[in-house]
Amino acid sequence: MATARAGLAAVPDSLAQVGKLARYQLREYLRSRRFLALVAIIGAIGAILTGLLGYYRPSALLGGGLAFYSDLWGGVTVVIVLAAVFFGGDAIAGEFQNKTGYFLMGLPVRRTTVYVGKFLAAFLASVAMVLLFLAIVVGNGVFYLRAAALPWQLGVSLVLAIVYLAAVLGATFLFSSLFKTSAYGFVLTAILFLFGFTILQELVTDLVGIEPWMVISYAASTITNVFGSGVNWGLAGQSSTVTEFRTTTTTWTAGIAEGVVIMIAYLVVTAAVGLWRFEREEFT
Amino acid sequence: MSPPSIETHELTKRFGKFTALDGLTLRLEGTKCVGFLGPNGAGKTTTLKLLTDMIFPSRGGCEINGISVQEDRKRALSAAGVLIESPEIYPSLTPQEALEMVADLRGVPPAERPERIRTVLSEVKMLEWAHQRVGRFSKGMKQRINIASALVHDPEVVILDEPSTGLDPRGMAEVRSIVRDLKRSQRLIFMSSHILSEVVDVCDEVALVDKGKLLFYDTLENVTTRFADGHGTVDVAFARPVALESVRPAIAGIPNVKDCTQLDPKRLRVRFEGGPDGQGRLLEALVGLHLGVIGVSESESALEEIYLRQISRGD
Repeated sequence: MATARAGLAAVPDSLAQVGKLARYQLREYLRSRRFLALVAIIGAIGAILTGLLGYYRPSALLGGGLAFYSDLWGGVTVVIVLAAVFFGGDAIAGEFQNKTGYFLMGLPVRRTTVYVGKFLAAFLASVAMVLLFLAIVVGNGVFYLRAAALPWQLGVSLVLAIVYLAAVLGATFLFSSLFKTSAYGFVLTAILFLFGFTILQELVTDLVGIEPWMVISYAASTITNVFGSGVNWGLAGQSSTVTEFRTTTTTWTAGIAEGVVIMIAYLVVTAAVGLWRFEREEFT
Repeated sequence: MSPPSIETHELTKRFGKFTALDGLTLRLEGTKCVGFLGPNGAGKTTTLKLLTDMIFPSRGGCEINGISVQEDRKRALSAAGVLIESPEIYPSLTPQEALEMVADLRGVPPAERPERIRTVLSEVKMLEWAHQRVGRFSKGMKQRINIASALVHDPEVVILDEPSTGLDPRGMAEVRSIVRDLKRSQRLIFMSSHILSEVVDVCDEVALVDKGKLLFYDTLENVTTRFADGHGTVDVAFARPVALESVRPAIAGIPNVKDCTQLDPKRLRVRFEGGPDGQGRLLEALVGLHLGVIGVSESESALEEIYLRQISRGD
């Protein structure tokens, strides 16, 4: 052990610490079994899609680029929820449950730094999964559609998917910060984003009869809406009414800007509440 | 530059109706090792967690080097190396990477990092494992890495919560050796433990807590003098085996000896009165008996007796 102290090092500012923490956390994610498992799951989904396309060659899909991408790329919302569950479900709760938090919290870092650094790492790991799915979809698109392989709408949809990913992760981190057991974060995120919000959206539309602007799954529909004709870029949704067998059904289509605002609002609110919660959580 | 310090003011922590720590006021200053003693549930870990902002006080506060931990944990902990409750390190990282992360977040200059990491890994005898993943390590190996991470930035203040937990006897001895080395480097070490021999071995001062209250804080020497009711205890080592029955009359004949017991074939424990003067007379008399005395050491049992007496008073 050195007998003369070299002098206390200057602790980096919090922003720099966020980047450093995210880098090491991302390394942890990339080496983890869960990363490999998710790659395998997305690979399997891609293989099934590719197999079904190759076997059935559905003319409705292969006839036009936009329909093809709307249907295939639409599956990215499931990939996003899976990635959020895998990388965010235990991001905060795991620090308590696995006692890794005791290692981090002994360091001169603000709790906000830990939260944001871990969020950034989970976000980047999840983006890698989204890009993997994109590669599978685009690979199929290039093979079947050739010239029409890459419509510009796909780029917009990718951006919307990334914003949706941030919002889902924000909520996942919030759930994770509410509990000291990882399983609750996993289950709550999966249930809410795979079924819960969709059911809520239906209830708001059908029973209350208003635009479900407060439901994130409605905002996420912009990811596929962008491939439709006459895209609504605005801040307000558009309704359409269909009457069949004396029953009138109203459906709402979210505007692209509206969807982005809703998703960002989800991110901001869940991140603020999650941070507030983590700042007050004790490592007992 | 002022010496490193740890200070608590009326530090209190309640968990519901249970008071884990009750108005602890303590000022540690200078370069030394302070043992923080107490039975399980006495409030030792609670105090150290409050000192590192892992939990929040119900009342009072604490400072490291004059900086409030509660108001600015980042600045307060910048000068401290901390090991609380045998933490887990991210399993896919290697010790080298884990220590790089700590050094990086603490702002250790990149040029100094390799040497610092090598030094602390060598100190905790984990150099040969530097590039293996931590997830495969035993509890004791992880604890060594935790100790290394508390030291990698060469801190002024070291806070250790039962550092030898999970280690085998050799590991425990190595931890003591590490702490003794740390003392040579002008640091303030605050170490909780319930292993009295560890405290006697490495600490200069001792604070005893029980049921959340500080019972005493003083130098080890003062504590044994103050609380020993005028009695002292030494362990006497002999060159060859001795039978208690054969030497007892001679030893009991020394004026200030109160009691004598056999520890093992070559060691006796002698209780005496008269403080340091009495101890001096005892040593002279023992040597004069020509029984083959080769060593006399202050007994660990002195602190143990005080510890047990103080704890039982609170029951």
